[in-house]
Formats: sequence, C-alpha cells, structure tokens
Amino acid sequence: MSHPGVVESSTFCLPVHNIDTDQIIPGQFLTTTEREGLGRFCFYSWRFDESGNERPDNPLKAFDSVSQQVLVAGSNFGCGSSREHAPWALLDFGFRAVISSQFADIFRNNSLKNGLLPVQVDESVADHLLENPGLSVRIDISSHTLSVEGLGDIEFSLDPFSAYCLTRGIDQLDFLLENEPEITDFEQG
Amino acid sequence: MSEPSQPATTLFEKVWQRHLVREESARTPAILYIDLQLLHEVTSPQAFDELKRRGLKVRRPDRCLATIDHSTPTTPPDSDGVYHYHTPEAKAQVDMLHVNCAENGIELHGWDSPHRGIVHVMGPEMGATQPGMTIVCGDSHTATHGAFGALAFGIGTTEVGHVLATQCLLQSRPKTLGIRIEGSLKKGVGAKDVILHVIGAIGVDGGTGSVIEYFGSTVSAMDMESRMTMCNMSIECGAKAGMVAPDETTFAYLKGRPLAPRGEDWAAAVEDWKTLKTDPGARYDRLVEIDATKIEPSVTWGINPGMVIAIDDAIPSGADHSTLDALNYMQFEGGSEMAGQPVDVVFIGSCTNSRLRDLREAAELMKGRKVASGTRMLVVPGSEATRKEAEAEGLDRIFLQAGAEWREPGCSMCLAMNGDSAGPGDLVVSTSNRNFKGRQGRGARTILASPLTAAASAIAGRVTNPLEFMEAES
Ligand code: SF4
Repeated sequence: MSHPGVVESSTFCLPVHNIDTDQIIPGQFLTTTEREGLGRFCFYSWRFDESGNERPDNPLKAFDSVSQQVLVAGSNFGCGSSREHAPWALLDFGFRAVISSQFADIFRNNSLKNGLLPVQVDESVADHLLENPGLSVRIDISSHTLSVEGLGDIEFSLDPFSAYCLTRGIDQLDFLLENEPEITDFEQG
Repeated sequence: MSEPSQPATTLFEKVWQRHLVREESARTPAILYIDLQLLHEVTSPQAFDELKRRGLKVRRPDRCLATIDHSTPTTPPDSDGVYHYHTPEAKAQVDMLHVNCAENGIELHGWDSPHRGIVHVMGPEMGATQPGMTIVCGDSHTATHGAFGALAFGIGTTEVGHVLATQCLLQSRPKTLGIRIEGSLKKGVGAKDVILHVIGAIGVDGGTGSVIEYFGSTVSAMDMESRMTMCNMSIECGAKAGMVAPDETTFAYLKGRPLAPRGEDWAAAVEDWKTLKTDPGARYDRLVEIDATKIEPSVTWGINPGMVIAIDDAIPSGADHSTLDALNYMQFEGGSEMAGQPVDVVFIGSCTNSRLRDLREAAELMKGRKVASGTRMLVVPGSEATRKEAEAEGLDRIFLQAGAEWREPGCSMCLAMNGDSAGPGDLVVSTSNRNFKGRQGRGARTILASPLTAAASAIAGRVTNPLEFMEAES
C-alpha cells in the first residue's frame, strides 16, 4: 500500500515534552495479538479516569479525527518502550503525521514502517506551531517540505529510503528478500 | 599493535563492519546481519502473523531464542500446576508464542524450563549473548547485552518480522558516544547509581541517534551484572545501544554457560573477542567524562529517568512546564527533601536489577531486619536460574522473614501488565528502569533506585540512603 505522499490538515497540539510510548498506549493494553483497533487506547490515561469515564481535563477532548490529522508535540516524542503499538494506536486514532523538534529513534522507525510521518523540525518551528494550535499545514514527502500557514515552506529531513518506499509502495521486507543471495553468501562467509 | 594501514576504529565500528551484508549507499541503508534474535510474547505475535500471511518461513530458527516474561503471573501455580494469568488475553498471548515457536522450530523457554526468565536476564545467563554479536529483540532494553561487547538494540514488531524472515535489518549507521567513567565508587553506590547519574547528566535525549561505549577504570572494575545494569538503561537517554569492550571479566562470566563455545572453540572465540576493543586514537562522535568518585546514591524524583538527584538532595523546584507537571504528578513540593518521603511499595526486580548480585546486595542489607509496617515489598528474581541460586543461598528466606514477597521470575511490576501493579497515588521505590506516569500502575508514583536504596527504603518505610544501614555494620 503506497502513501499518498501528502498530508494536508489542521494541527492538533499536545505541548508536552518527552511524551513516552507508555502515555501513547499504556502497558495494560499490550496483551493484544492484533495491530488493529488500538485507537481506543490511544493516550488512554490522559482521556479516561480509573473507572473508564472521560476525565474532565482530557487534553484530547476537542480532537477531531477528520480535520486534525497532524499531531504537534513537544520534543523527544515517542521515547521509552519499543512498542509498535504506539504508531498503530496513533494511526487508528486518526493521526497521519506527528511534528516535533525531536523523535526517539525506535518510534521514528516504527512510524515510518506504518505510514505515520514523523516530521522533525527546528525548535523555533515546533514552538510556533505549539503556540498557535489549529494552523493549517501541508506535508509533502517527496519534496520534504512542511508548509505552514503564515510561515511558508520549511524543509524537514526524512530518511530518503523510507520516503522512497512510502511513496512508491515498496515494502521494506520485499526489498530485503530481494537480497537473499547476498545474505546467503554472507552466511556462508 | 594495530597495523599502520588500518585506521583506528571504535568497538562499535568493529562489530558493525563485521555484520555488513551490504554497505550503506546514498540511496539505500546498510543491510546488517543479525546473529541472534530474542523473542517474547508481547511484541512477536503480529510479526509471526505477517510471515504467515506472506507465506514466508523463519530463515534461521537456530538464531532465535524465546521466553515468556512480560505478561506471565509471578504468583506460583495452584496445586494442579496451573498458572493463573491476570487476563485471558495474557494467557492467549503466551499460548500463541508457544504455537508460533513450535511451528517454526524455535527454542522457547516456557514454564517448564529451568532457564526461563526476563529475556535480558536469560540470554546472558545461558551464554547466548556473546561478544561481537549483533543481537536484537522487540524490546528497548536489549541494550543490556551490550555489556558483553555485543551490538544489541531494540526494534519494533515490523522489524522483528524482517529478522525472522531474512535474519537482516535495514540500518543507517548511528553515531558514537563515548562515556568515560573514572574513579572508585563510594560505599553504597553501584552501577544503578552510575547510570542514573549519567542519564541525569546528559538528559533523556542526550544519546538519541547514538551507540554508547562505556569505558574507564570504573567500568573495568565492574562485574558483568553491574555492566548489564548500566548498559540496560542506555535507552533511557535515547541511545540505540550501550556497549562495554569484552575483557577477562566477560570471559570468566561466559565460560561454561550452556550456549557458550566449548573446548577448542572456546580458546579460538576468546582470541577473537580480545580484538573487540576501541583502538588507541579512534574517535567517538562525542565524548562525555564522568567522575565516578562524586556519584552518590541516586534516585529519580520526576516522571522520566533523566529527572535524577542524589538521594540526600532536595527535590528540584522550577516554574517550567516539565518540572511543574512532574511535581504535580509525583505530589512533591519543590525544594522539599527526597529522603524521608513515605514509601508504600518497594519493588526489586526487572531486567535492570534482578540478578543474583542485586538480590544478594539487598538481602545482605535486610538480613535480620523487617520491612516497615505499611510498606509492601515485592522481590522478583529475573529468571529461574537466578531464583534457584538465590534460594540455594537462602536469600529468599531473608526476604520472606523480613516480610517481603518472594515471587516467580518475570517482568512483573516493571511494566505492570501481568497484574502486579501499585495502586493510584502509591509511592514506589523501584529498581526498574522507567518512572513514566502510570508505568507501574495507574496513578502510581515511581522513584527509580538501586537495590541497596530500595532495601533501605523498605526497612525504613521512607526513601532512605542505604548508608544509614551500612555504616552501623562497618
Ligand atoms: S523487565 Fe521491564 S524493561 Fe525489562 S524487559 Fe521486562 S518489561 Fe521490559
């Protein structure tokens, strides 16, 4: 499945640094053996209290999955556990991209493998977006540009191979499998 | 002596270079061969499913080793030998790993295995973890195995599938971060305090994009358990992996372990392993120096592992959002004393601190003493092998006589997905590795600490510097 290459949406902001994957999806929900349907557990403890009722201070109360597909968050987003359930949950919740001034390595990797775009920008850009929630943005994978209402076009870095695979619908496992002869040579050493 | 024609390289570069099936190019990442994949029930089912969906086989079942640890109960089985899981889903997940391993010919250490344990405790104990290897696992604390001079890192479930199918990963070359730690540790200070101090110094994202090599006199003097504790938490400063060059301590630990090389193979392996070290003159992309003589027993006060103070320091105050958020969640007043905070639960366990050395240290301090009334203490050995050794030494009886619970091996309250959890608002002094909000139970407040600090805090019922109990003895 190839990615359309462009995400155009308003932003939804969570101005918190170091949002770890335990916040994105708490450990209690990891007993699943599926990857689907995890959106209902996304930011679970932020949204619901101990008895499962919505918290009055739920920071995602106003989130609209149709018009707000781009999450903007503080730096070091996705730190902690390697659980791929984190991007699965974010995607199922409705996000297509996350903008932050820094991503944790494993989270970035996991996201790219699932078509959730980790868009890393300078702190000044991230701060601007966080201070002005709801801005319209356009993310273009092939040109590596983030266009922000009022800020213009900003280039962001995206591992070129992942970008290529995403837009061409190339599966990374298929790519690896094509190298089987070399892997066999290596094993025979 | 290195050949003059050979450029000086770091330990990481040596291991990386040995595993390149294909070099990185401007357009494509490197293809890195993986010597060993460790598997557990939580991050593998979707990967096995994906292989099945594509009609692919596991390429090298002999290079996989599986265990059950995350969602398993730590309470003993009932009189019929049946283990009672927290939820049916947890049991289903474990059952699925059994099926997947059986179908693919993968060695799985289940309930009946004398080796079963937390994946990062079992691998080294069995001698599966060896210097110079590339090791992955769908688990971010895979860096633990770097203590042996392996390049070991955590991956997501999609990549678990890549390795199952091809024994390879697509990788961009990370940066290197040298952390030189020099000097003798003070009494009451151990590897856990060192790594907490390091994370506090460089920050929770200070290692992002990098592989760390720990070296210096402090590291050389550490035993393997201590090196594992240190490497284990490399991910908590964002690093991909943490490594220590193998030396005589490493070889002595590995010799005779079930999966370690034997006979002539052993001698050849050791000869090779001795070459796995950073050459004089090799450069790290970044170098950090740590003076170990200044490190005090250290604890976290906030909601990430970089929020670290010496135990006798005051809890920080500050008006920034992160500090306020942390103080608010932890129900601490900025500027108040950390030592003396009343403790509800003490947890000794996890892949950071559940090995024999950790249990011995804690038991020695607790011998003849009691857990404070009103405080609950859980001691969870990292593996069956550790449990047996600990029981043979009578450590279990020391904990039990003190009023602590002595449990079956597993991850337990480290991530609290098996039912072992703390209650809302409970203050937990924990030897695990993450103090994220709700990690040990909804609303639970975690203080990360060493086994000595955890034991001292259990006895006092308050956050306590272990020296308070150690000085009396010396
Ligand atoms: S003990 Fe904790 S950190 Fe270690 S593998 Fe288990 S859950 Fe992960």
